[in-house]
Amino acid sequence: MITFEDVVKVYPGGATAVDHLSLELPTGKITVLVGPSGCGKTTSLRMINRMVDPTSGRILIDGRDVTQQDAAQLRRGIGYVIQHAGLFPHRTVLDNVATVPVLLGKTRREARTAALGLLERVGLTADFAKRYPAQLGGGQQQRVGVARALAADPPIMLMDEPFSAVDPVVRAQLHAEFLRLQQDLGKTIAMVTHDIDEAIKLGDHVAVLRTGGRLAQFATPRELLAAPADDFVASFVGRDRGLRSLSFDSAAELPVRPVDGIELDDAGRPVGLPGVFTKDDSLRVVTDLVISSPGGVAVRVGPDGAADGLVSHHDLADYLASRRS
Amino acid sequence: MIQYLTNNHEIVWQALQEHLYLALLPILFGFAISLPLGYLAVRFSWLYHPLINTFGVLYSIPSLALFVFLPVILGTKVLSPVNVVVALTVYTVALLARTVADGLRSVDPVVVQAATAMGYRRTRRLIDVELPIALPVVLAGLRVATVSNISLVSVGSLIGIGGLGQLFTRGFQLFYLEPILVGIILSVVLAAIADLIIVLVQRAVTPWTRAA
Repeated sequence: MITFEDVVKVYPGGATAVDHLSLELPTGKITVLVGPSGCGKTTSLRMINRMVDPTSGRILIDGRDVTQQDAAQLRRGIGYVIQHAGLFPHRTVLDNVATVPVLLGKTRREARTAALGLLERVGLTADFAKRYPAQLGGGQQQRVGVARALAADPPIMLMDEPFSAVDPVVRAQLHAEFLRLQQDLGKTIAMVTHDIDEAIKLGDHVAVLRTGGRLAQFATPRELLAAPADDFVASFVGRDRGLRSLSFDSAAELPVRPVDGIELDDAGRPVGLPGVFTKDDSLRVVTDLVISSPGGVAVRVGPDGAADGLVSHHDLADYLASRRS
Repeated sequence: MIQYLTNNHEIVWQALQEHLYLALLPILFGFAISLPLGYLAVRFSWLYHPLINTFGVLYSIPSLALFVFLPVILGTKVLSPVNVVVALTVYTVALLARTVADGLRSVDPVVVQAATAMGYRRTRRLIDVELPIALPVVLAGLRVATVSNISLVSVGSLIGIGGLGQLFTRGFQLFYLEPILVGIILSVVLAAIADLIIVLVQRAVTPWTRAA
């Protein structure tokens, strides 16, 4: 667990970056710090690995004050991923990933063997090992950056806008892989982003900071969408938060009508529809299907792909209304 | 010219060796001095301009004046090769301290930051990360300094100190073209070979600059 205890950071010249921040980042979870520029989110992140030291207050990792620890030693136990990856241009992909294990005293050979496994883990083939960073695309560089941060298997990862320098398609891909990886690894992750959608998509918890370095709200994404603490959070979260909050609601309980008036193939699978949903999908998916399908109905399919129910505009509206009461 | 060479190969060979020694020794000294100076100019940014300007002024002192003037400061004999070595070391530092500083400043701050965040301490970061990345810029400066030194050594012959320049003074004194030609050609060839060696070393130690 990472604890911020009444942390203040005032830069020389008098600018307050972080203003009395108290926060707990739970072990094994992703906590996203989000806010507009100048809200102190990056400064807060960098105080965890002592890239910046607080003016007052304490930051504890599992109860130990970070400023009482040797900075370099501390940092070797904390993975760090930044925008544009910050890879070493003079080292091959493999040696980039092997960096921290070598710093920790492993032989180059050992570190390289482990690094090769990590490359695979982040979705890069062994062909990439001998290349230099300049020979990679943005998304590939970012994967190497993640592999490099994971190399010494640190319990904590700090990620500063890790996905914001890549195009939306690659970003969505990296998001999915990142969440899958985290499911396996269960790291304690602190991530900074200015993108509230990213925060809601990736975070187990989200800390919304406002300009001047004050905490506006600390909540789960679902709470954030359902009950923003004040106007600032509400406007930052955005106008369509009602619709977006449906992403967190399962369609499992949604009542369906018997299948009727839909063209099916021999196996009972619907034909010619823009999409279908299953019990595992969210209500947001269902809503989108109801709106976009020509007949105004969304079709549910079972595990075998055969249609097993229909949901109309009215059904969905009634269900959403019934949830409110 | 062949005739001259066969008759005087011992003199020419010795002049060549002296020339090489007088040009390259200052490169070694100069490089050793420039590394810490260039580093300090980057570490303490207020030092950068005073340092660069001071060496800019030193570099603008004519070499002959420096050769003549140095014995006064150093207390060496006027004909001592030490004067040439010291003078050329000064010129080398004037060129290289700046290149080392500029090379270090060319390293992407994001990369330095990433290195720090991964747990590099200052010295190891300098050796493992910053200097290797600065190397292309530093080696470009080293090429200039080396070629410049090889040509400057000849001036030393005006105050009677070795190198291929002695072939020039001899040729002028005797109204004899051959030694002058031999001196010029060998001096150019020497510079070209030294330059080539640095380029080859650079290619070997910075393969990453040719990636992408």
